Amino acid sequence: MSFGQILAKRVGYGLVLLIAVVVLNFTLITIAPGDVADAIAGDMGGADASVLAEIRQRYGLDQPFMSQLWRYLSSVAVMDLGYSYFYNTPVTELILQRLPATLLLIFSSQILAISVGVLLGVMAARKPNSLVNLCVTFLSLFGFAAPVFWTGILLIILFVSVYPVFPVGGMMNAALIDASFFEQSINIAYHLVLPMVTLASIYLALYSRLTRASMQEVLGSDYIRTARAKGLRENKVFYKHALKNSLGPLVTVAGLQFSAVMSGAVVVEAVFNWPGLGTLALQAILARDTPTIMGILFFSSLVVIVVNIITDLVLRMIDPRIRAE
Amino acid sequence: MKLAFKSLFAATAVAALMATSATADEPKTGGTLTMAIQQTPRHLNPAVQSGTATGVPGTQLFASLLRYDEGWEPQPYLAESWDVSADGLSVTVNLVKDAVFHDGVPITSDDVAFSIDTVKANHPFKSMFAPVTEVATPDAHTAVIKLSKPHPALLLAMSSQLLAIIPKHVYGDGQDPKTHPANSENVVGSGPFKLVEFKKGEHVILERNENYFMDGLPYLDRIVMRIMPDDSTRAIALESGELQMSGFESSPRNIVRLKKNADLKVSNAGYAAIGPVNWLAFNTKAEKLSDPMVRKAIAYAVDREFINKALNMGTAPTALTGIHPGSPFYDETVEAYDVDLAKANQILDAAGYGKGSDGMRFGLSIDYGWPAMKPYAEYMKPQLKKIGINVTVRSSADFPTWAKRISTWDFDMTMDNVFNWGDPVIGVHRTYSSDNIKEGVIWSNTQQYSNDRVDAIMEEAGATNDPAKRTALYAELQQILADELPLYPIFASPYHTVSSISAVGNASDSIWGTSTPLDRVYLK
Repeated sequence: MSFGQILAKRVGYGLVLLIAVVVLNFTLITIAPGDVADAIAGDMGGADASVLAEIRQRYGLDQPFMSQLWRYLSSVAVMDLGYSYFYNTPVTELILQRLPATLLLIFSSQILAISVGVLLGVMAARKPNSLVNLCVTFLSLFGFAAPVFWTGILLIILFVSVYPVFPVGGMMNAALIDASFFEQSINIAYHLVLPMVTLASIYLALYSRLTRASMQEVLGSDYIRTARAKGLRENKVFYKHALKNSLGPLVTVAGLQFSAVMSGAVVVEAVFNWPGLGTLALQAILARDTPTIMGILFFSSLVVIVVNIITDLVLRMIDPRIRAE
Repeated sequence: MKLAFKSLFAATAVAALMATSATADEPKTGGTLTMAIQQTPRHLNPAVQSGTATGVPGTQLFASLLRYDEGWEPQPYLAESWDVSADGLSVTVNLVKDAVFHDGVPITSDDVAFSIDTVKANHPFKSMFAPVTEVATPDAHTAVIKLSKPHPALLLAMSSQLLAIIPKHVYGDGQDPKTHPANSENVVGSGPFKLVEFKKGEHVILERNENYFMDGLPYLDRIVMRIMPDDSTRAIALESGELQMSGFESSPRNIVRLKKNADLKVSNAGYAAIGPVNWLAFNTKAEKLSDPMVRKAIAYAVDREFINKALNMGTAPTALTGIHPGSPFYDETVEAYDVDLAKANQILDAAGYGKGSDGMRFGLSIDYGWPAMKPYAEYMKPQLKKIGINVTVRSSADFPTWAKRISTWDFDMTMDNVFNWGDPVIGVHRTYSSDNIKEGVIWSNTQQYSNDRVDAIMEEAGATNDPAKRTALYAELQQILADELPLYPIFASPYHTVSSISAVGNASDSIWGTSTPLDRVYLK
């Protein structure tokens, strides 16, 4: 198959999946008892019956399910994600406002997890029976087993409450809204440390284990023996020959983990009050703000599908064996 | 030795004097106060949105006609004076002459009439201005509110977040006020603070209104309201000094913890008008609970003292009736149903609910709507088992799920927390009025309780301005309700305002919690 055919096939699958996701999500949200009118009434400390009836009528909640679904699908088809019931703001605008914070959290934590993870993995692989290896294994298992919200709360207790080094949450000190861009960036970076480390902790574990296992496998292969036999220095064998060839699995996993990172970000954002898509999603779910929940789910599935297609294509490029199949 | 004691005493006295003079320091102008609000407001316009999420920032942005002091006395605000006619059918309000909106446009009686019309048509509490037939505007600074019957709730309904005076020249442009863009951006009010930025899920930033109509106020330059939904996060931020103030704190564990901090003032003063009462509600149409004797037996079985000591850790006042204990209408002489298991068992035996071979009489379910209510619902299970009632605790995934179940009467018992919202006409009548048994409406009369005498009392008490008569009527109401028990009141939510002693002065001076103009709050 040519590159174009493969791409077309992948995109086709992606579209079908996307429609399925939208229909399934919409159904699940609608069949849950209660609606946004109940949530708004709860927020307002009660409301008169006529007010609730008006809310339900305005948002079409009194319409039959199929017509609500059809209306939603046809508006999504033209990339209109609707209007948030709760905030009275276009959903697209809400998502775009929150997206930068989430992307910052996801990418910074992934960069941290990959760089430190690979480093630890290589160190462990180099000396398989050393103390370093033992420590890395322990840390990996710990990071992997600990629930991310727990790690987050633990870090808050440690570095905010007991040793007040970092701020308790949020993204930027609001007093700095008139400050320079540089000053704001420094403040954001300061607020970013704990959430980033928390989210990175799971993947750090995963990537270091993966690198170690992959390195050990590669180090046992014939061409490494050949490289050593021809007298290459150990460092060169390690970093030029072994590491490069053991990164394949890492790319695959990092790509496939993207959806998991996004859901991990939801939890981390909630713990650290990080104003991203995750806190928006949480608030929207609690408020039964269907258009916003649907919008975020639609958007995240779109991102995950696109990232998976890209991962697939990148793997084809770096690994000739897949291309040949 | 004697001398030493004397000088020690003198030194202490001097130190004490210095301490008092230090705490009684004069308010200062300037500074940025960082405080927390617990939820993201839908928007910032209290005229079309109730609830304290909108109220706390909303009362800074929008002034109302009146404000209330701690003793439930109305004070001038945008209205410099007011007069209720002898027949109670008209209320004349004289506006402050030099008041302007944030955009510099003077506030006139037209704006008052427009605001009352808007609130009447759009606010979720219809009872606030329902008897208003017309607002006449004889001149620019006089508004006459005409009523179809005397309306005792009117003065309270003109205060705090319940009647935001909104500018006609902004909101009267034909757009739906509920979804008006000026509810969230470029907000124009006349309150002590102007909007700088409202970032949903993050913060509301306010700055001093230089043209505020109250001379010398507000003291603060800025208020940063950080939106922090998590109780523990706020507690840590208060301890670390990242937050200087937070209102509506209600987690007993955090209150006890914060009270131990020497720099934090933790006060429950000033929430009487919000009036949150927690109760065990009965579906009086459910099979077993339609029998008042069953409800009485349950009341005798529930141990209020235990709940207040163990679950509320002494932070919450006991509430014997559905009217908040801080309200002037609260009647503490009603039957308290002090715990008496023998009596409870006796009542059930006499009513013909014999124990089965397993020692149980019958089963009931109990619901709760949000996590804070869970411990009370869980407590009922072992406690009611003692009188042979097998309780199943039913949890709901989220608030709308619970609201749906309760408002469609798909329940036996539920823990609930309902606000009085100032006058009983606004927040109390709705719970017992037989006209207000409305499917799908949470915090209506979801108990489905109806009693003609109760309806008549509420109608009479809602149509007279005579405080003595009202007190007598509400006393009778509370006596009847305590006897018939459509619900069993347990405690008033332990709302507290937490503020830093070293940094914040005048943290609370109202009956509306922090949902009140914070123009007298200052930084030390």
